Amino acid sequence: MAEFPQDTILVALTVDPEGALEKPAAELLGGAAAIGSPVALIVAPAGTGDAAAETAASLGAVQTLIAEVPAGSSALGTFAVDALVGAAELTAPDAVLVPNSIDGRDLAGRFAVRTGSALSVDAIGVERDSEGIVADHSVYGGGYTAQSAPTFGAPVITVRLGAIENRAEAQPANAQTLEVTDSGKRSADVTSYEAVVETSSRPELRGAQKVVSGGRGVGSEESFELVGEFADVLGAAVGASRAAVDAGYIAQSHQVGQTGVSVSPQLYVALGISGAIQHKAGMQTSKTIVAVNKDGEAPIFDIADFGVVGDLFKVVPQAVETLKAKQG
Amino acid sequence: MKIAVLVKEVPDTYGDRKLDLETGLADRAASEAVLDEIGERALEVALNYADSHDGTEITVISMAPSGATATIRKGLAMGAGNAVHISDEELLGADLGLTAEVLAAAIRRGDYDLVVTGNISTDGNAGMLPAMLAEHLDLPHVTGLSTVELTDSTVSGTRAVDGGQQQVTAELPAVISITEALPEARFPNFKGIMAAKKKPFEVIGLADLDIDAADQSTARSIMVSVAEKPPREAGEKVVDDGNGGAELAEFLIKNRLA
Ligand SMILES: Cc1cc2nc3c(=O)[nH]c(=O)nc-3n(C[C@H](O)[C@H](O)[C@H](O)COP(=O)(O)OP(=O)(O)OC[C@H]3O[C@@H](n4cnc5c(N)ncnc54)[C@H](O)[C@@H]3O)c2cc1C
Ligand SMILES: Nc1ncnc2c1ncn2[C@@H]1O[C@H](COP(=O)(O)O)[C@@H](O)[C@H]1O
Repeated sequence: MAEFPQDTILVALTVDPEGALEKPAAELLGGAAAIGSPVALIVAPAGTGDAAAETAASLGAVQTLIAEVPAGSSALGTFAVDALVGAAELTAPDAVLVPNSIDGRDLAGRFAVRTGSALSVDAIGVERDSEGIVADHSVYGGGYTAQSAPTFGAPVITVRLGAIENRAEAQPANAQTLEVTDSGKRSADVTSYEAVVETSSRPELRGAQKVVSGGRGVGSEESFELVGEFADVLGAAVGASRAAVDAGYIAQSHQVGQTGVSVSPQLYVALGISGAIQHKAGMQTSKTIVAVNKDGEAPIFDIADFGVVGDLFKVVPQAVETLKAKQG
Repeated sequence: MKIAVLVKEVPDTYGDRKLDLETGLADRAASEAVLDEIGERALEVALNYADSHDGTEITVISMAPSGATATIRKGLAMGAGNAVHISDEELLGADLGLTAEVLAAAIRRGDYDLVVTGNISTDGNAGMLPAMLAEHLDLPHVTGLSTVELTDSTVSGTRAVDGGQQQVTAELPAVISITEALPEARFPNFKGIMAAKKKPFEVIGLADLDIDAADQSTARSIMVSVAEKPPREAGEKVVDDGNGGAELAEFLIKNRLA
């Protein structure tokens, strides 16, 4: 068995059903490289591990462990936990990084319980100080920053998607297979999977540099296309308030806020959104905030760098036209 | 069927939520405490099943400071049969690891067929407890459900993951967590509020669960520093007099955002 670096940061990566390494890989390996030597664990469908391992190396993994899910297995989550336990035993890491996604949270939670590790959740950064690894957090909707650290041992840290900007240098491929011991834990079964086909080429909301969001003020599913048009001239992702999601204007995956996605883009445009505290919680750390609302008293204006008090059905088409004209 | 629903008391998100900068803990005096909305929806899932299945027993379980009685009682007023409130001075500032240990021990005392939680709490924002509880209890976890179908031996539903949707199913007993895609909870009515006063309400501490909060054998996560961010300030605001869209465009161009 190969030796692993003294300062190993174990990074749990997942592969989508098509066999491609999932997006958080670059960020997690980038974050890990800043505090130690990134060693990747890739949990992949049978036959896809090698290609994913090459990608992981190109994104900075100094070594990669491949755990291929046994063919025909449909157990929800448990194999990944068993694999991560095995990988941690083998590598004795200084920290374990996991994406703060739905599956990532389940993985980190179970792993932390099984190994008695300290758990830090939704980190926006990781650092190393004289005592070990600490995690940075943005809490209560971005109103506070905090740091957490373990009382001892390697912390398990879930990392907010889109938060880490550091990228690691490519490394030569160096992969090996991990034999996974089945813990025999009971699990649920995944009986089917349906990918949500994004019909547009718009950027994904999580981690987007620009976001244009619509709220209840947009009024209908049809007129929500106006939000999309504005997004397209800016090359932005489309977001929404919970009221817009509840009214069926757009899918839940676009919800920004406390119980939706947290975004921190260069530009956030809020159209027909009042700026309820739960919405602000997911976007107030944006660099520049622009709002259009016909109610001059709407709380969104309290945090907007530029606000237009007016009817979005007049303001937005004019803004789109002006921008198109400038872009030529 | 015996169902445990886990509910949490949280600072009302409509108010100003504050953290104590000395301790890093929620400043409970700064805002009103309410039952977490997602916990109410979790309870609604159980109540909805009970509506059409006689003999369903629903217990609400909460780990919260001693002042949370009224908040937890709301769960009884909505229709749960009894409540278990875990309250202990030693739990002040408990991290996720200790919280999961405590809640798992409380769940073990009852013989539940199903444990229902919210997918993510509005103050902790961790979304970790359901899987942690499942690991402690050696039960399947079925997290992030946007629909729930319950039979007397299985639970299944739709689980939204990044990029798609899964159909998942598990044998009971199991731990599930639900998202806000599930219906809003019913309001407690007058009859419910009166009835709640007579329902069993058990208050227990760490000694009853045989847990030592100071046990050093498992690692804990601690807040080492907390700082408040300066609030954002309002910038320029124009009233649209027919030129607002163009002004907006100019602002974006000037700031190299378009
Ligand atoms: C526990 C909990 C969690 C929550 N989580 C979230 C969350 O994650 N994200 C979220 O967004 N909300 C969340 N909410 C809901 C939140 O409280 C608000 O209800 C919601 O954000 C309101 O959405 P809105 O601004 O689109 O709607 P409204 O508050 O109804 O505002 C609509 C705005 O549109 C303006 N308007 C109408 N017509 C026009 C027009 N023609 N031109 C210009 N302006 C117009 C109006 O003046 C108004 O200000 C949560 C609530 C709770 C209790
Ligand atoms: N102190 C608590 N008491 C009871 N249930 C809790 C507590 N903390 C969290 N939960 C449950 O776990 C879910 C997820 O919480 P969290 O992992 O903190 O985001 C919540 O929606 C509750 O159902």
